[in-house]
Amino acid sequence: MSEEDEDQPPPPKRPRASPPADQVLDNVLETVLQFLDAPGDRSAASLVCRSWHRAESATREAVAVRNILAASAARTARRFPRARSLLLKGRPRFADFNLLPPGWAASAFRPWAAAIAAAAFPALTSLNLKRIPVTDADLELIARALPATFLELSLLLCDGFSSHGLASIASHCRGLRVLNVVECDMAVEDEQEVVDWVAAFPPDPTDLESLSFECYGYAVSFDALEALVVRSPRLKRLGVNQHVTLGQLRRLMTHAPRLTHLGTGAFRPADGGDEGIDFGEMVTAFANSGRGRTLVSLSGFRDLAQEYLPTIAVVCINLRTLDLSYAPVTPNQIVMFIRQCFNLETLWVLDSVRDEGLETVAMYCKKLRSLRVMPVVANEDADELVSEVGLAAISRGCRDLRSILYFCQSMTNAAVIDMSRNCPELKVFRLCIMGRHQPDHETGEPMDEGFGAIVQNCSKLTRLSTSGHLTDRAFEYIGKYGKSLRTLSVAFAGNSDRALQHILQGCSKLEKLEIRDCPFGDAGLLSGMHHFYNMRFVWMSGCNLTLQGCKEVARQLPRMVVELINGPPEDERTEDVDILYMYRSLDGPREDVPPFVKIL
Amino acid sequence: MEATVDYMKAAEADNLLATELRLGLPGTSNDDHKATPPCTPRGKKRTAFDAAEDAAVEEVTNKHDDVEAAPPVAKAQVVGWPPVRSYRKSCFQQQQAKQISKPTSNNKEEAAAAPAPASNAATPSFVKVSMDGAPYLRKVDLRMYKGYRELREALEAMFVSSNNGGAANLSEFAVTYEDKDGDLMLVGDVPFEMFAGTCKKLRIMKRSEATGLGSPRQI
Repeated sequence: MSEEDEDQPPPPKRPRASPPADQVLDNVLETVLQFLDAPGDRSAASLVCRSWHRAESATREAVAVRNILAASAARTARRFPRARSLLLKGRPRFADFNLLPPGWAASAFRPWAAAIAAAAFPALTSLNLKRIPVTDADLELIARALPATFLELSLLLCDGFSSHGLASIASHCRGLRVLNVVECDMAVEDEQEVVDWVAAFPPDPTDLESLSFECYGYAVSFDALEALVVRSPRLKRLGVNQHVTLGQLRRLMTHAPRLTHLGTGAFRPADGGDEGIDFGEMVTAFANSGRGRTLVSLSGFRDLAQEYLPTIAVVCINLRTLDLSYAPVTPNQIVMFIRQCFNLETLWVLDSVRDEGLETVAMYCKKLRSLRVMPVVANEDADELVSEVGLAAISRGCRDLRSILYFCQSMTNAAVIDMSRNCPELKVFRLCIMGRHQPDHETGEPMDEGFGAIVQNCSKLTRLSTSGHLTDRAFEYIGKYGKSLRTLSVAFAGNSDRALQHILQGCSKLEKLEIRDCPFGDAGLLSGMHHFYNMRFVWMSGCNLTLQGCKEVARQLPRMVVELINGPPEDERTEDVDILYMYRSLDGPREDVPPFVKIL
Repeated sequence: MEATVDYMKAAEADNLLATELRLGLPGTSNDDHKATPPCTPRGKKRTAFDAAEDAAVEEVTNKHDDVEAAPPVAKAQVVGWPPVRSYRKSCFQQQQAKQISKPTSNNKEEAAAAPAPASNAATPSFVKVSMDGAPYLRKVDLRMYKGYRELREALEAMFVSSNNGGAANLSEFAVTYEDKDGDLMLVGDVPFEMFAGTCKKLRIMKRSEATGLGSPRQI
């Protein structure tokens, strides 16, 4: 059952007699449906019959358009007039890795900004954007139009806006409770033109509960920030950027003693020695923060001064989330505090912790549910810092693991098979062997058996990313056993179209498919015709698709928007397809199509 | 040096830079307690480059891609692989650069000089370049250059050949820069990475004005 919201015509249940036996007064139905929260349940309810569809649409408050190009703002507003929160997702994920030329859908958000400004969503209190190009003009438009009841703006992996846009939000949205700018790629500004948006918040006490700007590239005025924190008594989550020094962080912590989530900024004292913050003072600061046992999440450490890292030990007992993914921590350093982290559920680290560090994690963090091991040097030729040893240790120690993202240089089938057996609750398994086409480095065999074991033993698996040397056999396993799979990422794998056929014919719940640089052609693509309408998108780049095959898909599936995108150099004459990105859409192909995109 | 941003090339440049710096440091993690001999920054830098070249040569024999021995031209990197966002990749390159230039530079300044990168380019570090007698200023991206020689050539291309009738190269001029403390310094004394981190503005002045700066090293 897809989570996508769309106007699927409900199947007529039975011929209308008078009156229909299951007639329920609409308002009773609406009252009941209000208790339904989960998106899947809501979608299911809306498909029962027309009156349920009407009632559900009238009462839906959390509206998610997980592919912004699939439904227009106008249509969404018409269908869900009571939308209180709006979640929009834009670019495909592979755009994060420079695979999509910039400007691909630069004005995707504009109609939404206009709709919001025109009060098309009168009940809107919360806006969540992910991978969406947002301009300062959009933010200004929204900020001026939204009422004081607007509560939350979250920008994740968005781009295009600058400090000016943030200033608009800060100054106009008086009732704002949440402003989260996370991992965004903000526009480069001339230093003289940067606006201090923190100072743009009105001088009255604010309702801010969450303020996060860890990715913001410029320094904000610390005085303004401190004053803001002082007059925001409800602040629970604070994430500062790398320009906030350790001493400044300490001061902020004293003003917000009941923080639950803290993004620590640089975690380094200012140069010049005038700060003179010492180890003991920092420990005290954390001890005070931890006194109420409220602090559960730490992140930041963007320019870590390693000698201060152990100061967090005093709050480790209560930590549930620890993000060290910007801090190259060594095994010796992590050992100093990870022993207390026995309540840790989410841990993001760099591979600088090495296998020994992971072994320590496995020993103490028994409740770990989500682990990410990111590479310090994201390069195929980098030194090997973590390997199958670390993975095996984690699988033995952290049996409750639900989600893992693991970057390494090489791997063995045995370790992956072990993980599949030790961690049967896995829902997300993303293994990135950075060396392309790397086989099992002990046996020399392809990694087929490892990934096969994962899909076979982890019956709840919904997301899988493969890597290493894989033959069609691996995909045979995936198709056969990956019945719960919703997201699949494949790169540099497979031998032939058979692999793609296995996927498309086997994975009945597949919603998102990302493939790059695999020897898959038109035959493989066409084998999925029966399923594409149930998917959020299909991305295939660097494969063996031709114009012919893609045209065939477009012909047979009129509601699919089939985009052919050319990475440089543009070559209109070839029959080969560089990037295929296709998705269903209720409103037809978009109009703002850049020159390197062709919509069939 | 053109500042054209071909996103594929820029991703390569990112990776090349990573290779160049990383191979020089002992180990790959920023292990502060690994003893590095206390020597002049320039000496340290030279060692780094030597080590980088040695390692690159090793790479050539290990991998069968055609690659030149010089570190900057490493094996062809695949776009978007490994799947790590370029912001994360460039974060650690910056940190490594700071490690090298730690003694004199101010971290905050450097971080401010290299703001959130565009989605498809290396972190730019544009500084103004003024030349005595030229009517308007130019801007150069210090991150585009790997050394003083390339910077010099770029400056020559910008200022000398087109504008000045008399001068054919920069030997009549002294290239100076203003660092983060506001002092006027002669370009060429410190390792290039350190210079790139601390330089705020470049100024090309006539040699006759550059008295008191000692015998300038040819950059």
